[in-house]
Amino acid sequence: MVPTNYYVILSAVLFGLGVFAFIFKRNVITIFMSIELMLNAVNLAFVAFSQALGKLDGQVFVLLVIVDAAADAAVGVGIILLIARNRQPLNVERVDLLKL
Amino acid sequence: MLAYLWMSPLLPLLGSAINALFGAKWPNKFVNLAAIGSTGLSFLCALEAVREFLDSGQVLFRKEFFTWITAGDFRAGFDLQVDQLTVVMVLVVTGVGWLIHIYATGYMAHEGGYYRFFSYLNLFMFFMLILVLAANYVLLFVGWEGVGLSSYLLIGFYFLKKSASDAGKKAFIVNRIGDFGFMLGMFLLFRAFRTLDFQTLFDAQHAAGWPVEAYGQFGTITIACLLLFMGATGKSAQLPLYVWLPDAMEGPTPVSALIHAATMVTAGVYVVARSHILFTHAPTAMLVVAIVGCATAFFAATIGLVQTDIKKVLAYSTVSQLGYMFLACGVGAFTAGIFHLMTHAFFKALLFLAAGSVIHAMGGEQEMSKMGGLGKKVRCTYATMFIATLAIAGIPPFAGFFSKDAILFSSFQSPTGGRVLYAFGLLTALLTAFYMFRLIFLTFSGKPRYDEKKVHVHESPWSMLGPLVVLAILSVIGGWFVLPTFFQGPDYFANFLGPIFGGHESVEAATEAATHQFELILAGVAVAAALIGLAVAYWLYIKRPSKADDLAKSMKPAYTTLLNKYYVDELYAAAVVRPLLWLSTNAFWKATDVAGIDGTVNGIAHGARAIGDGVRHSQSGNTRSYAVWVVVGAIVVLAVIFFWPVASKTALGLVR
Repeated sequence: MVPTNYYVILSAVLFGLGVFAFIFKRNVITIFMSIELMLNAVNLAFVAFSQALGKLDGQVFVLLVIVDAAADAAVGVGIILLIARNRQPLNVERVDLLKL
Repeated sequence: MLAYLWMSPLLPLLGSAINALFGAKWPNKFVNLAAIGSTGLSFLCALEAVREFLDSGQVLFRKEFFTWITAGDFRAGFDLQVDQLTVVMVLVVTGVGWLIHIYATGYMAHEGGYYRFFSYLNLFMFFMLILVLAANYVLLFVGWEGVGLSSYLLIGFYFLKKSASDAGKKAFIVNRIGDFGFMLGMFLLFRAFRTLDFQTLFDAQHAAGWPVEAYGQFGTITIACLLLFMGATGKSAQLPLYVWLPDAMEGPTPVSALIHAATMVTAGVYVVARSHILFTHAPTAMLVVAIVGCATAFFAATIGLVQTDIKKVLAYSTVSQLGYMFLACGVGAFTAGIFHLMTHAFFKALLFLAAGSVIHAMGGEQEMSKMGGLGKKVRCTYATMFIATLAIAGIPPFAGFFSKDAILFSSFQSPTGGRVLYAFGLLTALLTAFYMFRLIFLTFSGKPRYDEKKVHVHESPWSMLGPLVVLAILSVIGGWFVLPTFFQGPDYFANFLGPIFGGHESVEAATEAATHQFELILAGVAVAAALIGLAVAYWLYIKRPSKADDLAKSMKPAYTTLLNKYYVDELYAAAVVRPLLWLSTNAFWKATDVAGIDGTVNGIAHGARAIGDGVRHSQSGNTRSYAVWVVVGAIVVLAVIFFWPVASKTALGLVR
C-alpha cells in the first residue's frame, strides 16, 4: 500500500504547479487549466486522507469539488469565449476592467 | 405702585424693542414718541414709587418677582428693592435720562441711524435701572454688564469711523478687566456668606458682628472689597483703568452726557456705597479707595488743564470728579459721595449737553482753538454752561460747592482721611476751577478764531435748550438740601440717607459748634481755591491771551507730558497691549491654532490621503496580481499555523 504522505506530496507538487502556472501564464485558457489542476490536486489530497482515516467525508467533498469544477468549466469557458470574441488575443493582462 | 416697580425698568426695554423692531421704517416723530414716551413714563413710575416709599415711612421695600437661578443653596432672583439710596439713584437716572432723551431728539435729528440710537439709549436706561434697583449682587451685575454693552454700542455708534469703533472696543475690554475683579469678589462673598442678597448679607453681618479687619490684614472682607472696587475702577474710570473714558468721547454727545458723565460711570460709586457695610469692616480697602480716588482726581485734573478738545476736557473732568466721589467713600463719607454723585449728574450732564449745543452751533467742530467769541451768538447755551461751570468749580451757592465742600471737609475730618488727601483734594478743586473757566473763556470769550464766512453759528432748537435750562436750575438748587448746615441747621440729605449709612458718619459731629466753625473755615478755603483757579484762568485767557502760550513754551516738558496724557496710553500699549498682541499672534494664533490644531486636523487628512494613495496601487485590476496576494496570504496563514507558539495553536483548535 502506498503511504499517505506520497499522495500528499504529489498533491502539493501539483497544487504548486497550478499556482505557478496561474501566476505566470498569460493565456486565459492556460490559466483556466491551472485552476483545474489546483482543484484536482486538492481532490487527490482529500481522497488520500479519506482512505488513510477510513472515513467517507473526504470523498463526499471530492464529489462537491468535481461538481464545482464542472460549473466552473461551463461559466469559465463562456467567459473565455466572450473575451476571445471581443478582444482577440486571450492575454489576461489586457483584461483589467476592474482597475480603479 | 411699589408692587409694580418692575414697570419702571421694563418700560425703557419696551421702548428699545419697539424702536429696534419697527423704528427703521418709521419717521423720527414715532421714534421720538416711543423713546421719550417710554422713558418719561418710566420717570413717572419712579416718581410714584418714590412717593409711596416716602409715604410708607421709608421702610426698605423689597419684592422678589421671580427666581432666576437656583443651584444648591445659591439663589439669584429678579428681586428689586427700594431704599433711600435707590431713591436718589433712580430719580437721577430716570430724570436726567429723560431730559437727555429729549435733548437727543434735537441733537441727533439729522443723523443716520436715528432709531438705532434711541433703541440703544433706551436699552441703557433699562440696564441702568436694573443696576440701581437690584436687590442682589447677581442682578446688579446683570445691569452692570448691560450698561457696559450699551456703552459699547453707543460709543461705537458711528461705527464706520475707525476711531469710534476702536474706542468702543477699548471701553469694553478695559471694563472687562474690572468686571473680572467684580465677579471674583462676588464668588468670594458667596463662598464666605452663602448669599449674595443685599438684605440677607448685610443683616447677617450685623448679626454675626464681624470684627473689623485691621490695617494690613487681608481677610475675606478686605479682599472681597478690593475685588469689588476693582470692578468699580473699571466702570467708574479710576486709576489705573480710566483710559477708556476719554476715548469714549467718540460717541454722540448725548451719550457722553448720559452714560459717560451722569449715570453709568457713577455705578462704581453706587456699588461701593451699596456695599458700605462691607467696606466699613475693611479699613485697608477704604484706604485704597480713598487713595485711588484722590490720586485719580488730581491726576485727571492735571491732564484736563491742557486738553484742547472741548469734550476731552469734560471727560477728564468727569474722571476727576468721580475720583472725588471715591475719595468721599474712602474716608467713610458715603453720604457726601452720593451727594456729589447727584449734583455731578446735574452739572456734568449740563456741561456735556451745553458742549453738544456748542458743537452743534459750530457745525461739528470740537477743537476749542477754533472757537472763541461764541458767547454773544449762543446766549442761552452760554448762560447755562456758565452756571454749570460755577457749579463744578465749587462757587457758592451752586450745587457743586456743597457736595465738594462736604467731601473736602470729611476727608480732612475723618479719622481715615488726612491732611495729604485733603491737600490734594483742595489742589484738585483749584485745578478744576482753572480748566473749567479756561474752557469757558476759550469757547465763549475773546475773538472768533474760526472762519465766520464758512461757519454759520446758530443757537440750538428748543428741544435742546429746554433740558439745558432745567438742568441749569437743578445745578443751582441741587445742593440746597444741605444749605441749613451752614446756619447750624439739619443736613436734610444726610438725614434722608441716614437709615442707610447709619450714624457712624460725621453727621452729628458737624453740628457741634466748634466743628461748625471749622467747617466754615474749610468751606472758605475751598471757595478761595476755586476763585484762585478762576482768576488764573481769567488772567491767562482774557487779560493776557498771549501769556498762556508763553507759559506753555517755558514749561515745555511738563506741557507736552500733560498734552500726551502722561503717555499712559503709550505705556499700556507697550506694557500690555503689544506683548499680548504678540503672544496672541505668535503663540495662540500661529503656533497653537494654525500649527497645532489646524496642523493636526489637516495632518490626519493628509495622512489618510497619502495612505490611500499608496494602497490604491495594489488595486491594479490585474487578475494575476490578485492571485499573488491570495497566495501570499495563504502562505502567511500557513506560516502562522506552523511557526506560532503552541498556545495559539491550541486556541485555534489545531492541536488536540
